[in-house]
Amino acid sequence: MTLSVHNLSITRGGIRVLEQVSFVLAAGEALVLRGPNGIGKTTLLRTIAGLQPPLDGEISVAPDTLVYAGHADGLKSTLTVEENLSFWAQIFGQGDIAPAMDSFDLGALRTRPAGLLSAGQKRRLGLARLLVTGRAIWILDEPTVSLDTRAVEMFAQVIRTHLGQGGATLMATHIDLGLDQANTLDLTPFRASANQLDDFDEAFL
Amino acid sequence: MPSLWEYANPKKFIDTTSRVTPWLFVAAFLCLVTGLTWGFFFTPDDFRQGSTVKIIYLHVPSALMAINAWLMMLVASLIWIVRRHHVSALAARAAAPVGVVMTLIALATGAIWGQPMWGTWWAWDPRLTSFLILFLFYLGYIALWEAIENDDTAADLTSILCLVGSVFALLSRYAVNFWNQGLHQGASLSLDKEENVHDVFYHPLLICIAGFVLLFLALVFLRTQTEIRARRMRALLARERLTA
Amino acid sequence: MTALLLRDLRLAIRAGGGFGLGLAFFLIVVVLVPFGVGPQSELLSRIAAGTLWIGALLACLLSLDRIFALDWEDGSLDLLATAPLPMEAIAAVKALAHWLTTGLPLVFAAPVLAILLNLPPAGYGPLVLSLLLGTPALSMIGTFGAALTVGLKRGGLLLSLLVLPLYVPTLIFGAEAARRGMDGFDTTTPMLMLAGITCGTIALLPFAAAAVLRVNLR
Repeated sequence: MTLSVHNLSITRGGIRVLEQVSFVLAAGEALVLRGPNGIGKTTLLRTIAGLQPPLDGEISVAPDTLVYAGHADGLKSTLTVEENLSFWAQIFGQGDIAPAMDSFDLGALRTRPAGLLSAGQKRRLGLARLLVTGRAIWILDEPTVSLDTRAVEMFAQVIRTHLGQGGATLMATHIDLGLDQANTLDLTPFRASANQLDDFDEAFL
Repeated sequence: MPSLWEYANPKKFIDTTSRVTPWLFVAAFLCLVTGLTWGFFFTPDDFRQGSTVKIIYLHVPSALMAINAWLMMLVASLIWIVRRHHVSALAARAAAPVGVVMTLIALATGAIWGQPMWGTWWAWDPRLTSFLILFLFYLGYIALWEAIENDDTAADLTSILCLVGSVFALLSRYAVNFWNQGLHQGASLSLDKEENVHDVFYHPLLICIAGFVLLFLALVFLRTQTEIRARRMRALLARERLTA
Repeated sequence: MTALLLRDLRLAIRAGGGFGLGLAFFLIVVVLVPFGVGPQSELLSRIAAGTLWIGALLACLLSLDRIFALDWEDGSLDLLATAPLPMEAIAAVKALAHWLTTGLPLVFAAPVLAILLNLPPAGYGPLVLSLLLGTPALSMIGTFGAALTVGLKRGGLLLSLLVLPLYVPTLIFGAEAARRGMDGFDTTTPMLMLAGITCGTIALLPFAAAAVLRVNLR
């Protein structure tokens, strides 16, 4: 249940943004990525989630242990809260959505179409999806956007429980969630030197 | 032994082809001038078709190249998918507009030839229709290249489109044959058939075909060089924006 | 996979899902044709089969960009790509959902609209059969086209340009089968070819569509 990243280099739009990124994320740990805008946090998370190939380096993780949550929540506005959530539960082969609803206090909203939710409520629903996947390693991109303080506390509690059950979390966020087990990784030292181009374009320069 | 894959290096490709391309243009020019002059002025008129038959020297080579350009794009796309040589993808991109022009020449000369022969500019004949469909495939392929900003993404998507398109183009060819038996005469040239076009027409035709092949190669080399340089420029600009 | 299919069907039926738009478009095309070519019933009955096929094809085309674009915009496609479903299955299920919400209703509507075009009685069976065999191919090819253009801002026109040439063989065999049936000829060959195209596209195009989707997502 370990995610280890070794000498990873990634590109965005054909330009190398980060290189030689290495870290190990063990069960029960949380790792928070930091760094200025545009350094490549989202790209790194998408690469680890398998949405784009790395330029170089290795990502080793057991199959079917990752779940990714990006900027968009992937909600269907005409489906109700319950329908949205149980869809993802079925996709990931899980049954019960009640614990996830309770953790994010969505019980009162269960029959409301997702299109009528506020931004914060949508985000809570998006995060509740993580609980119904049954996956151990959560890859989260700015999970606390548009959450109020109460909801952030709710989210921190969910993370604590998840880590306590042997899960792990890799996230990019600027908010301090007050997690005891959280390590921080600053990406600034990994910024690609002189913004190298990828191999092909390099051949001309 | 030097391998063909050396030319996957863009620098090597540009160095070599820029030396060869002028000679290709000269050779193509000589072949076309010889072939067309010979064909137009020094062959007898056909006993049935009269002097109109002489458009064969443009029609047949351009039609051949229209199909061969697509085949070349298919091969280049496969090389890109399997070995991921950027030059290959750019060569496929460079060949497409040349292929379109060849298809248009074939269609236009076909119409001009068809008018006196069949009494109509256009007939929904299987061969003509197939070329029209091929033309549409070319248009879609080029439009997809133009629509996508990221070069590698565009190369991937157009390669797959080229593969799928090839299958459907073949299928269309068969379907069109089934749909309408046409007016068009059989193949003008073939390797296994006894009866080709008459020898008098045959030799200038071969020279014209050689001319078209050389012209195609020269144009594709030239356009590939341009594509490589354009891509290099985009890469430099992108880097400049980032470091600025 | 069933979950995805059910979700797509549910989304299509709910408000704003666009269910029925294709049917309405089909109706309008068929109504417009007599305005264009004149009301003589013998002329209309001669072109009825072809008109219905072209109408069905265009109605199918109209709804293609919805297949992936909505999932792309709200981020579900990213999440689906990281879900345990293989991409090929996603493409196949999406095509099936499209067929169930667009292609199948067209098959049922066609005989009704055929009355408007004065289709000879012998033509009804072959028309419905050819549409039933051919529309799945239209949905599958369209899914591939939609996957190609999913990342593009104004991909609609490009989608039509890419997909229409790919529709040629299906249209030729489908309309040919319907026409032969109408004239009382044997329809076996075009029907078999049509079924072959449909089977071939369903077998192969999910892989192409999945490859293209992966490229577009990165």
